[in-house]
Amino acid sequence: MRYLADVAALTRKDLRVELRAQDTLPAMLLFVLSMLVVFHFALPEGTGEDAAYGLLWVAIVFTALLGLARAWIPEQEHGVFDALVLAPCDRSAIWVGKTVATLAFLVAAQAVALPAFVLFFAPLDGVALAGVLLADVGICAVGSLMAAMAAAGRARELLLPLLLLPLSMPLIVGGVGSAVSTEPERYLLLLALYDGIFAVLSWASFEYVVTES
Amino acid sequence: MSSPFSRIRGLPSLAAFAAGLMGLALLLSFFIAPEDGDQGISQRIFYIHVPIALTAYFCFGLGAWKALLLLWRGGERYDLESYVAIHQGTIFGSLTLITGAIWAKASWGVWWTWDSNQLVLFLTLFLFYCAYFMLRFSLPEGPRRARSSAVYALFGVALIPVSFLAIRLAEDFIHPTTFTRDGPQMTGTMFTAFCVSWAAVTLLAYVLYRVELVGKRLHIDLRELREALE
Repeated sequence: MRYLADVAALTRKDLRVELRAQDTLPAMLLFVLSMLVVFHFALPEGTGEDAAYGLLWVAIVFTALLGLARAWIPEQEHGVFDALVLAPCDRSAIWVGKTVATLAFLVAAQAVALPAFVLFFAPLDGVALAGVLLADVGICAVGSLMAAMAAAGRARELLLPLLLLPLSMPLIVGGVGSAVSTEPERYLLLLALYDGIFAVLSWASFEYVVTES
Repeated sequence: MSSPFSRIRGLPSLAAFAAGLMGLALLLSFFIAPEDGDQGISQRIFYIHVPIALTAYFCFGLGAWKALLLLWRGGERYDLESYVAIHQGTIFGSLTLITGAIWAKASWGVWWTWDSNQLVLFLTLFLFYCAYFMLRFSLPEGPRRARSSAVYALFGVALIPVSFLAIRLAEDFIHPTTFTRDGPQMTGTMFTAFCVSWAAVTLLAYVLYRVELVGKRLHIDLRELREALE
């Protein structure tokens, strides 16, 4: 119970910072909408809906990257990171809190972007939406760990896409598959499997990447 | 600080043995093994390409194992060992991609194909471990860098089965496999040539790993001496 209370407090802190500063979410929203406009020109007449679904997944991953690149910036800039690590809570709770907060931003951005996608390009059914949600969980779970690693280094914004893109390949397969395949259940299973494996790995290894000695 | 000579004990003779074995492997694969009826001379690259690919996987695995030891037991030496193993893995990985492209051009007519799952998996893993160096060289030196690198190296091992599954599933909507590498069975001599090549390349990788490790440690010792003198 204590753990959940810690996670809730940490998530609340991130959401409140975002509500006040509005650094991340407006940028993600504008980015994903601009990308949809770019897609209109990237998809010549007759390319079909499947190509649009593929591009949608590029947009989702890039939007997530944008949000994740900013995930630890407030902590880094104001020295909150050290205080968080010193706080009397399990370190993995910091990771869970950040994952939930970035997930909330990503879902909020998609709440606008996906209806816009349906309006502009192609319909999305319930299975495709389930695919989006499952992939969101995976990319935020792994991404907040990778972003914490990258945050300690030089050129952190440059580093994160390099670390995360090879890792997100199965998510893109699962996401595109759940939108275009005739048997989408298998892809949802793949996404769930990915979420399970990598969430546990990230949860277990977070402590190692944030402690100094 | 151990003496530099104790570190290279046995290494020159091991290197000579690896070179000899490599020569034997080349002799076997080019002159002794019978020519493949289907692919002709181009099939002989198999004796080089496949052992190199297996060695690259082995090096990545070794790097991840050393990373696990670092997180588990601690100790600076595992950090360096993990790094050197992954470094060798990317060197052999580049060679795999080059020899694979040559073979693909000779037998399939294209330099690259997305049809083969092994190729896509290998490329993903290769890019993943290339990013390892970006991470490592961007972080300030210290225990945190060692552990971040170790965690990243371990993620690669988890990525292999999940990616493999994903690539298999993706065949559905990308396009089905049109050809496989399962040709006729190897004859005894072919198999011997392959095994000798595999042993030679693995030994070569091990020697290179040891040499790089000695070099890196020597470099660290030298820096410590220099700092002590200043």
